[in-house]
Amino acid sequence: MLPFLLRRILIAMPTIVIISVMVFALQHLLPGDPILVLAGEERDPEVLEALREKYRLNDPIPVQYLAWVGNALQGDLGVSLRTNQPVTELMAEKLPVTIQLAIMSMIFALVIGIPAGILSAVKKGTATDYVANVVALSGLTLPNFWLGIMLILLVSVNWQLLPASGYVPPSEDFWQSIRTMLMPSFVLGTALAATLMRHTRSSMIGVLSADYVRTARAKGLAERVVILKHALRNALTPIVTLTALLFGELVAGAVLTEQIFTIPGFGKLVVDAVFNRDYAVVQGIVLVTAVGFIFMNLFADAMYYVLNPRLRGQ
Amino acid sequence: MTQAATNTPLSADPVLQTRPENRVWKKFRSHKSAMIGGVLVVFFILIALAAPLLPIPEPAATDWGAVRKAPNWAHWMGTDEIGRDVMSRLIWGAQASLLAGVVSVGIAVLFGVPLGIVAGYFGGWTDAVISRCTEALLAVPFLILAIALAAFLGPSLTNAMIAIGISATPIFIRLTRGQVISIKSEDYVDSARAIGLPTPKILTRYIFPNVLPPILVQATLTIATAIIAEASLSFLGLGQQAPAPSWGSMLNTAKNFLNQAPWMAMWPGLSIFFVVLGFNLLGDGLRDALDPREH
Repeated sequence: MLPFLLRRILIAMPTIVIISVMVFALQHLLPGDPILVLAGEERDPEVLEALREKYRLNDPIPVQYLAWVGNALQGDLGVSLRTNQPVTELMAEKLPVTIQLAIMSMIFALVIGIPAGILSAVKKGTATDYVANVVALSGLTLPNFWLGIMLILLVSVNWQLLPASGYVPPSEDFWQSIRTMLMPSFVLGTALAATLMRHTRSSMIGVLSADYVRTARAKGLAERVVILKHALRNALTPIVTLTALLFGELVAGAVLTEQIFTIPGFGKLVVDAVFNRDYAVVQGIVLVTAVGFIFMNLFADAMYYVLNPRLRGQ
Repeated sequence: MTQAATNTPLSADPVLQTRPENRVWKKFRSHKSAMIGGVLVVFFILIALAAPLLPIPEPAATDWGAVRKAPNWAHWMGTDEIGRDVMSRLIWGAQASLLAGVVSVGIAVLFGVPLGIVAGYFGGWTDAVISRCTEALLAVPFLILAIALAAFLGPSLTNAMIAIGISATPIFIRLTRGQVISIKSEDYVDSARAIGLPTPKILTRYIFPNVLPPILVQATLTIATAIIAEASLSFLGLGQQAPAPSWGSMLNTAKNFLNQAPWMAMWPGLSIFFVVLGFNLLGDGLRDALDPREH
């Protein structure tokens, strides 16, 4: 297990370095003198020079990069131009909100996606399978921000069942928090459910024709046991990996969902940062999500290893 | 069609009947959902091209006497918050959507395919460097990268297309690289090398045409993703800028008038749905039709 993981981490290192170079390079895409952007309204040459010194803009680019990476490694991703708060602090503040959204969405995705995938694999070629596939394709095709808007129209405006926007921390009022997050996480969850359903279906179809499933049936086991115990267990391995890899979709979906339902999370932070020209925050978020994705990948590899006994002997 | 075919003596010749183009077209036509996809795509392309010729109001023309009017005879799809005709904005918005889909995928193919060919054919260090960069790009979620680039390049439709194009590039690098690796040891590539053809010629004449079919399929499917990405960016205010019409920004405005004018949100969403569905079905159909294993 350990050598396997170590090897994976070694392979991931250069990728992380390239990501950091890319994120650093972003600020050089800015048209004009970056210091004028960083200074906002300020035009006093002395202040500008001081800022230039502070951000090491007079140094050669490789030196600037090393200084930036050095700070980043110590958890210093710069300061928000707008609120003067450290970027790391700002992100730590918003992250729990998005994590709650992500967890609730994942629950929706798993509860809908996996049973639907199993059902359509077991009933392959029937009307049930066909309907499930059409629904999944619609889930992939429907822009989830539109689904969100339509749900607000139906559930909040017409039926007045759930709040259309806002956020209540669970520590304040647990049930109200779940209630406000219900619609956003459903919107985000259905998009992921479609992907999960498709993968579960193809994975199950592959497994259902395996010899051990035929053997299980031949020895007279109940069909339910065959499907849930023998087939599903084996089909789940690639699905667990996929779930970890859905991280990217989850983050991107969260950006839109938070925007629609006005949820003060990570996604709203990055969009607001763009409009406030708060570049350090944008860079920080890109860096953190990308590195997060790499770690999710490592986690997926580890899970695959744990779940697949055949790998352990190697 | 089949009637005519059986009557002509030429078609009796099996060799003539199995010309690859015919086979692909025949298979594609027998694929019902692919045909539906094709029809949807052609419909939206025609509408986008015909926008200047159609008898509709200017997309930016405001009419303060008809603010947020429900669909009626004068405005089939209603009007928006400043009295602009929703149908006209929808039709002109199709231009932005399709343009964004095609141009961004064009960018991704233009960069991704050559890089993929080089990485796959040469292997070694070249491959290692290109592959690590691809992984780095893949690690940043599509939308986050597009948002970041739009933020630093400035929000506009052009920059949104560039951003989406760059985000989609790694998909094509990976796909092409994999294809090239699997065909570079084929006999015909070996013989080309054996007779001393220069490498650029091998790449363009033997490798490229053979990696083309899966790329075509992927490009069609990626146009669907790119259209959603453009709508998302415009929805966030980072794509097409007002007052130019785009489906994403129409939805963004509509969000604030759900109570009074729900139709403002209906049509752009449905348009995105159908155009994306069209490209998805078309892509799936092409995949089946071009798949040589089933011939």
